[in-house]
Amino acid sequence: MSEQHKTPANNDPDQFAIKVGLAEMLKGGVIMDVTDAEQATIAEQAGAVAVMALERIPADIRKDGGIARMSDPAMIKNIQQAVSIPVMAKCRIGHFAEAQVLEALGIDFIDESEVLTPADNKHHIYKHKFKTPFVCGATDLGEALRRIGEGAAMIRTKGEAGSGDVVEAVRHMRQIQNDIKKLLSLHQEQLMTAAKELGAPYELVCYVSQHGALPVPNFSAGGIATPADAALMMQLGAQTVFVGSGIFKSDDPATRAAAIVKATTHHNDPAQLLEASTGLQPAMKGLNLNELPLEQRLANRGW
Amino acid sequence: MVNGTIGVLALQGAFQKHIEALHALGRKTQQVRCHEELKRCVALIIPGGESTTMTRLLQAGRLTNSIKTFATKHPVMGTCAGMILMSSATDEKKVEPLHIMDFQVQRNIYGTQRESFTANLNLHIKAEEPPFCGIFIRAPGATKLNRRITVLAEYQERPVLIAQDHHLAASFHPELTADNRIHRYWLSLFDEDAGKESTHFKNYASVAKP
Repeated sequence: MSEQHKTPANNDPDQFAIKVGLAEMLKGGVIMDVTDAEQATIAEQAGAVAVMALERIPADIRKDGGIARMSDPAMIKNIQQAVSIPVMAKCRIGHFAEAQVLEALGIDFIDESEVLTPADNKHHIYKHKFKTPFVCGATDLGEALRRIGEGAAMIRTKGEAGSGDVVEAVRHMRQIQNDIKKLLSLHQEQLMTAAKELGAPYELVCYVSQHGALPVPNFSAGGIATPADAALMMQLGAQTVFVGSGIFKSDDPATRAAAIVKATTHHNDPAQLLEASTGLQPAMKGLNLNELPLEQRLANRGW
Repeated sequence: MVNGTIGVLALQGAFQKHIEALHALGRKTQQVRCHEELKRCVALIIPGGESTTMTRLLQAGRLTNSIKTFATKHPVMGTCAGMILMSSATDEKKVEPLHIMDFQVQRNIYGTQRESFTANLNLHIKAEEPPFCGIFIRAPGATKLNRRITVLAEYQERPVLIAQDHHLAASFHPELTADNRIHRYWLSLFDEDAGKESTHFKNYASVAKP
C-alpha cells in the first residue's frame, strides 16, 4: 500500500486502503439523507452516489429536540433493500456499541455524527477496530487529523446541519484549506510545534505538509440546499457533497436532487450550472445562522 | 495514435487516481464530461465509482452513444464500475451497459463494503511476474464470458482481469495502488512505444484462452 494508508495507530494498511478506497469511489458525487425506501429510490434515480439512512433529517431533529439516537435497524434495512448504491448510517459520537450494530447490519459507511446527541463528551470511537469505514465531521485541520488518527477514512466539513445556510460549510472548508496551506509553508523543525498547536498526530501533520492534502478524501456537509451551493463547495475544494435536509425539505425533491447532482458533476461549467439552477420549486426555508444561538449549533459537538 | 491523449471519464468516481497513474507513465490526459472532450482522445478509461450514478450522468450528458461509437474504433479500459459499464449485460436494471466487451457481469458479487478485500493476483503476463495487489471494493464479477475474451487474472477461479482486442476490464482497482503494470499493459495493446517493455505480456495474452 502507499504511504497514504500508514497512520501511527494503524497496523493494517491494507484494511485502511479498502476503507479509503470506497471514499475515493464516492468522489464527485452527492450523498443524500433519506428517511425511507421511497426517498432512497428517488435519490438513487436522481444519481446519488450513496444515501444516508436516518429516521429524521437534521432539520426535524433540530425542531423536535430531545435525544437523537441511531435509527431503527429495521428502517435502515428497508433502505438497504431498496437501493444498490452504498448505504450509510449515523451513530452518536463515542457510541461504539451503536457502531457495532451498524457494522453487523452490513452498513457501507458509518457516520459518527454531531447531528445525533453525543454519547461521550470526551472521546470519539476508536475506528481502526472496525471493518466498516467511518466518516467524521471536522471544523478545522486539527479536528480532521484527530479523527483520521482514530481511523476515519473520510472527513466531511461539518457546516451547520439542518440549517439550509451554507455559510458554516464555507467557513469550515476555508479553515481546513488555510490550515493546510499554512503547514505547506513550514520548515521541518516547525512541524512538531504545529502538531502541538493543532492537537493533531505528528505523523499526519508531516503527511499534510508534504502532500498539501489530507490523507483521506474531504467532503462537505451542513447547509447545502441548492445546485449553486453544491458547486460552490466543490470549487472551494470539497470532493463530494452531502445534502441532508436540503432535498426532502424542498417542494420538489426529485427535480432538486437531480439538479444538485448535475451541478456537482459540472461544478466548473457555468452554462451547465445555469441549466441546473433554472426552474426549480422553492428551496427549504432554512434558518439564518446569525439568529441561531451558539449553544444550539451542532458543529460545536465533537472534540 | 502513438502518445495521443488518453481520456478519463470524469462524471464521478476515482478518475483523478487514473489521471495520476497515466501521468506517472508520462501520458497526456483529458477529463471527459462531454462529447467534445471525448473527440480529443485516442483511448478512454472508465473509472470506478457508482455504476447507477454514471449511467444516469451518461444519459443526461448524451454520452452513452458517443462512447459506444468511440469504442468501436478506440481502446477502452474499465475498472470496477467501469467494468460493469463495459459489459454486455448486468443483473441491475438501473445500469445501462455500453456493450464494449462481450461478457455478463454481476454487481457487488462479493457483498457489501464489509466483504471488501485485497488479494494478491497472479497476472498472466510474464512467466515470473510478481503478484499484483488487487483492491476489491464492493466489486463486480464477470459471470459469462464470450470466447473472444482473454482472462488475464483470476481470483478464486473467477476472472477478475479480462481483455478483448484492445479493451481491458478489471473487477478491482489498479488505480489505487502505486503499481502501474496494468495501465502499462493496456497502453501496450495499442501504443507501440508503451509496448516495448511488455511485448512478452502481449504475446502471452494473445495465446491465452479462458
